[in-house]
Amino acid sequence: MIRIANGQGFWGDWLEAPVRLVDGGPIDYLTLDYLAEVTMSILQKQRQADPDLGYARDFPPLIGRIAKKLRERHIKVVANAGGVNPVACARAVLKAAPGLKVAVVLGDDVLDRIDEFLGKGYEMRNIDTGAPISTIREHILSANAYIGAFPLAEALATGADVVIAGRCADAALVVAPMIDRFGWEPEDYDKLSAGIVAGHIIECGAQCSGGNCQVDWQNIPDLANIGYPIVEAEADGSFAVTKHPGTGGRIDSHGVKEQLLYEIGDPRQYMTPDCVADFTSLHLEDTGPDRVRGFGVRGGPRPAMLKASMSYHAGWKASGTLVYSWPNALEKARVADRITRQRLDQLGLRFDEIHTEYFGVNACHGPAARPVHDPPEVQVRISVRGSDKRAVDRFTREMIPLVLTGPPGGTGYGEGRPEVRQIVAYWPALIPREEIHTSVEVIK
Amino acid sequence: MMKIPVSRIAHTRSGDKGDIANIGIIAWQPRYYPILLREVTPDRVKTFFGELVKGGVDRFELPNLYALNLLLHHALGGGGTVSLRTDAQGKTLGAALLAMEIDVDERELTD
Repeated sequence: MIRIANGQGFWGDWLEAPVRLVDGGPIDYLTLDYLAEVTMSILQKQRQADPDLGYARDFPPLIGRIAKKLRERHIKVVANAGGVNPVACARAVLKAAPGLKVAVVLGDDVLDRIDEFLGKGYEMRNIDTGAPISTIREHILSANAYIGAFPLAEALATGADVVIAGRCADAALVVAPMIDRFGWEPEDYDKLSAGIVAGHIIECGAQCSGGNCQVDWQNIPDLANIGYPIVEAEADGSFAVTKHPGTGGRIDSHGVKEQLLYEIGDPRQYMTPDCVADFTSLHLEDTGPDRVRGFGVRGGPRPAMLKASMSYHAGWKASGTLVYSWPNALEKARVADRITRQRLDQLGLRFDEIHTEYFGVNACHGPAARPVHDPPEVQVRISVRGSDKRAVDRFTREMIPLVLTGPPGGTGYGEGRPEVRQIVAYWPALIPREEIHTSVEVIK
Repeated sequence: MMKIPVSRIAHTRSGDKGDIANIGIIAWQPRYYPILLREVTPDRVKTFFGELVKGGVDRFELPNLYALNLLLHHALGGGGTVSLRTDAQGKTLGAALLAMEIDVDERELTD
């Protein structure tokens, strides 16, 4: 049995979590997931400005902080902190924690190969919309193939203390230690799928141990000290999900089910670079306090195509808010919206979309929101997006004047004029697997 | 028959994949799963969310977990960073669905 913990569900997750996982009890592997879908584009920009950047900058100081414990307890770290510059990340780790052995996995970055792929006739259509990539070719900011668990396991096999990858499937971080320790083969579809299921359960960190959980949430103990999840994996693919004793939060089968269903499509075909997992074959059992056992997972062969994650510039956007109080708060907010739209129209400004929400009324649930009668206050939030940056900038000057020129009692403009933000959009596409060649390098 | 909210028999979690919102819905008890199957249909879910969901609704069954996965297409105003919504990732749509009214026979709720 090996213990694999996840101490980071996204870049920006709780900084104390990985430290507490290392301190709070036995683990063999610490995984850390830093990369959301559009994080790569931010990192690509940072590398363009400075060739020594382009990775998750929280990672090297964290490793510095826990290096002594990693060595004493023989804990290995597997993280996708490398972003678009795993080698620079590894060098920064070695600076923060001299003496650790650090390996990187390379080959996911295909930004420089887009034209080569187009030349070979790969259309790289958007998986969601069906549009060919040629429609956004000149706006592409980053392009990375999702790599699987085997290259990460190869990096662990070098004896590295820290394995740094760029874009890889999130759950692959968790499956790699299983391959490394149990010797699973690429044809072990059921076992790999079981590993993927276990990885999916813990890849969002505390979201399977009591965080964002509807199950009797008022009585989940001590969320302030929530314990991050640990998978106890067996060589046959079965596993238990648990957390360190004495930590807050709660692990039971209902909470695990919530996470299992989180952000999935067809549960019979959960596609990954290493296998296609069937979530409908999983059995879950509550086997003790804060302990859920999973077994019975089946799966099929890996797909012929790898998913690639690309990002592109898709225009500009801004959002402004104002608050109106009782009486007639909602009516005043609606009039403010109408006036703003009329003024934008009179200025001849064109946007791809203008969207208005009323906080306290319908911002979250839209038309499905429960009706509100005579609220004491309402915040109106008006947002625009479009390709013309000047039009979006002009919009940001149209909200605050309403305080003196619109319905009575407008307030809440203290943060000033809204900010114009670039829209970096996500373009998922498929690339033939044989085009992606990964390699492992130990960094000195 | 009586009307009850979904929250009486199930809990949910929701998130995004591009412009698709997903809602996982889990029966509190195995015996409530047939009610979910009968009452939480794609048509009912689409009607409940109204113009929030511009596309169709798909439903997948996980009888092993007494759960369903709902996919709401074109439900997030373009999705991800393009969306102008506060809840661009659909994190609260699962909670919204808890209020949907369904029809049950009182005997289905007790043994």
